[in-house]
Amino acid sequence: MSLTAEDTKARNKKLIEEVLKVYPEKAAKRRAKHLNVHEEGKSDCGVKSNIKSLPGVMTIRGCAYAGSKGVVWGPIKDMIHISHGPVGCGQYSWSTRRNYYIGTTGIDAFGTMQFTSDFQEKDIVFGGDKKLEKLLDEVQELFPLNKGISIQSECPIGLIGDDIEAVAKKKTKEYEGKTIVPVRCEGFRGVSQSLGHHIANDMIRDWVFDKTDSNKNTFEATPYDVAIIGDYNIGGDAWSSRILLEEMGLRVIAQWSGDGTIAEIENTPKAKLNVLHCYRSMNYISRHMEEKYGTPWVEYNFFGPSKIEASLREIASHFDDKIKENAEKVIAKYKPLVQGVIDRFKPRLEGKKVMLYVGGLRPRHVIGAYEDLGMEVVGTGYEFGHNDDYQRTTDYIKDSTLVYDDVTGYEFEKFVDKIQPDLVGSGIKEKYVFQKMGVPFRQMHSWDYSGPYHGYDGFAVFARDMDMAINSPVWSLTKAPWAK
Amino acid sequence: MSSQSADKLIDHEMLFRQPEYTSMFENKQKNFEYKHPEEKIIEIQDWTKTKEYQEKNFARKALTVNPAKACQPLGAVFAAVGFAKTLPFVHGSQGCVAYYRSHFSRHFKEPTSCVSSSMTEDAAVFGGMNNMIDGLANAYNMYKPEMIAVSTTCMAEVIGDDLDGFIKNAKNKGSIPEDFDVPFAHTPAFVGSHITGYDNALRGIVQHFWDKREDRQPVEGKINFIGGFDGFTTGNLREIKRILGLMDANYTILGDTSDIWDTPTDGEYRMYDGGTTKEEMNDAYNAAATISFQEFCSEKTLKYIESKGQKVVALNQPMGVTGTDQFLMEVSRLTGKQIPEALTKERGRLVDAIADSQAMFHGKKFALYGDPDLMLGLTQFLLELGAEPTTVLSTNGDDIWAKKVQALFDASPFGKDCKVYPKKDMWHLRSLLFTEPVDYLIGNTHGKYLERDCGVPLIRLGFPIFDRHHYHRFPIWGYEGAMRVLVMILDEMFERLDQSTIITAKTDISYDIVR
Repeated sequence: MSLTAEDTKARNKKLIEEVLKVYPEKAAKRRAKHLNVHEEGKSDCGVKSNIKSLPGVMTIRGCAYAGSKGVVWGPIKDMIHISHGPVGCGQYSWSTRRNYYIGTTGIDAFGTMQFTSDFQEKDIVFGGDKKLEKLLDEVQELFPLNKGISIQSECPIGLIGDDIEAVAKKKTKEYEGKTIVPVRCEGFRGVSQSLGHHIANDMIRDWVFDKTDSNKNTFEATPYDVAIIGDYNIGGDAWSSRILLEEMGLRVIAQWSGDGTIAEIENTPKAKLNVLHCYRSMNYISRHMEEKYGTPWVEYNFFGPSKIEASLREIASHFDDKIKENAEKVIAKYKPLVQGVIDRFKPRLEGKKVMLYVGGLRPRHVIGAYEDLGMEVVGTGYEFGHNDDYQRTTDYIKDSTLVYDDVTGYEFEKFVDKIQPDLVGSGIKEKYVFQKMGVPFRQMHSWDYSGPYHGYDGFAVFARDMDMAINSPVWSLTKAPWAK
Repeated sequence: MSSQSADKLIDHEMLFRQPEYTSMFENKQKNFEYKHPEEKIIEIQDWTKTKEYQEKNFARKALTVNPAKACQPLGAVFAAVGFAKTLPFVHGSQGCVAYYRSHFSRHFKEPTSCVSSSMTEDAAVFGGMNNMIDGLANAYNMYKPEMIAVSTTCMAEVIGDDLDGFIKNAKNKGSIPEDFDVPFAHTPAFVGSHITGYDNALRGIVQHFWDKREDRQPVEGKINFIGGFDGFTTGNLREIKRILGLMDANYTILGDTSDIWDTPTDGEYRMYDGGTTKEEMNDAYNAAATISFQEFCSEKTLKYIESKGQKVVALNQPMGVTGTDQFLMEVSRLTGKQIPEALTKERGRLVDAIADSQAMFHGKKFALYGDPDLMLGLTQFLLELGAEPTTVLSTNGDDIWAKKVQALFDASPFGKDCKVYPKKDMWHLRSLLFTEPVDYLIGNTHGKYLERDCGVPLIRLGFPIFDRHHYHRFPIWGYEGAMRVLVMILDEMFERLDQSTIITAKTDISYDIVR
């Protein structure tokens, strides 16, 4: 039984009306603005976004600290990132994002460690600046090979009036120009992770770019220098992307920030082109580099062969014919792998329906990869998207797609229950809800402990993962044979 | 050539060991990372293994590295979900709640429902009253709970929000019915740890049901139990219920988390499942006594319960033979029921198993870290196995806890060379593992980094356990639970022995078929 686009639209509109009934009037009015059915040809998805979540509704969103420490800064491997405040924030975000890196952890790399000032009552009452100073001294003594320190503020810092900037300045001087970055990413700022990304970007601008001697790391530029911006190397994503750029003759001088180093960040203004994957979390610094250093930037999408192919050509178009030819060679080189993957998995996945709810770039970026496998995305939404994300999304989604911004636990459960997709792609908090309902699920933040999903090598893994989730024998066992 | 192929798919584990990637990594490192020279890295690495480094490490006053504790509201959410149809509501920033839910889901592989009042900058300035008013109304309408248990994040605590007043106000404004149950507890993250939060939240809930009552009619032999914050709660509480069934005890578990984190996959998502009901909470007031399985998770709650006239008993996780004996004898004493033959036989089987395997434990040194009660239970069990828990460390265990551990050491000849470390983190432990090596390490998932750095095998007991599946479904309490712990440790020991004797014609003279 297949619905026409008009049938689907009518059903989805009715679904939205139904879910809104559960809310008190004031909340229903506000939630209504975040839910919509996409109309082909519209310039955005017709939903409001980047607005405060309603209290008590079980939003899936996180906070500014998560956006700064968890996403942007945390993966810079040779720096120490202090979770400044009580113990919890650092504990819950410890090693859970799977930002892969190479280094000797605890000696010259620190990505999978949890450094915290573990605030106690006296720190709240008397302020934490003295403790922070002492803490920085202790970091220097015990971890002498660290290349820099970031101070990631948790909620209390901004509320008790600590002056972490003064501490950072003082200690930078004391340690002869050491990079020490105070980040005001208290969790109550803004409405989601998103402001944390922005603040984190701004702090790289103010405390790294503006304070770095451009001759610090000797560097011979080439005409083919690019920087990967907005790839956090989850399950190795940045690596399976980098390899393609290098194969087409470009030189990747920096990875932001998965498996990244402070030296790479500092040298990025020397790039000829910034290639931007996660627009949401790193468009700010890309725009800044364009303005200040004249570095152009281009968005790309390395999920699935169709988008990879288009992206390789788009990136190559910024360079000479040699690179353009190389891009074609790379595309040709991976054709057999792509064909093999599609031959093996498409017959098992063709026609399957997917609902997504993720963050960053993925609510739109992964759609092409599903389509390459013959699958269809029938619903999507952003945890912390802005209107420019929803505008970009119209290039990806089809007429009648259900769009839900900052979806609540209740709405998501009802939508999935009524639409009965073959697969839901969302996060750890959602995973088990849907699996209990008998709906196959893949975590699309952590790649469900798999990956990489970027690039051609990653596409093979992606296709296999979707197949094994959807076609797992477990879904035929959920009903006892004697149950009615 | 790409090593990836559709037929022989390579996952991240092997993919990034392929030559096209390893050469890429080398180039990245050489040309762009400005890494320290390899000799320098080795020099510092070696230095971190020294006594000298340990002294500096232990002199830390401000920095905490790799702690084995979380913050109060996590424990408050744990306590709340143990009550029937209860929705935890955490007043403060919303990111915290996303973290608690993720943290529990990664451990239990189960959903965890919890809402936030989503306070932002304006609430920081004006207070979170409106967030409470709207939040309670939304949660009540959407998720149809029968009770909402409120706790706080550090943000709400720093600005001094008054939960009692806010909840009353919300009721006055009609957010929720006047008689709707909203127990609450202030749970500042900058005091204590997740076990403190469990205690505060549980006390809040008990108080909510008992505070106004003066009509206590003690029921002879009826007892309440408190499980405490426990990563094995599903298996443990089910085992406790089985044991209490065998003892024919009249009991209530205050905060029964055995079902909510172990719901079936049968096509239906259960947002609420199991848990202690309000009727049970009301009846529990009349119990003769309350036994807590975890003293350090329930100090304030027990004090409150005692003030209501009940006898209280605090255990430190009923593990091993002696720990379980003590638990059963307390139940017997307080209920007047005999310990049945079936349990005596179970005990005998456990002792039989220990006797069969005792040679494996002799002279084996263990380092353990984690929550205070787990450490006490495990220390006692290891000592009765004839092993030596030479390093017992807790981030959220204080000096009083340390004295109790020391008392266990002092009571056993195997405790002679054992040391206890209160208020220390896993970076302290790293130094200790180098300077005072042990054979095995017991603790949560984060210990795998110590296993890598120090080469000591990790046995996973504690919270969180993210990288092994289903441990929480099995008990570690009672004689049956002790059997599981015994086998877990033995499996690791035999596996290591096999691994160290597996090389043909080199070490395999000891690669024995009978062990």
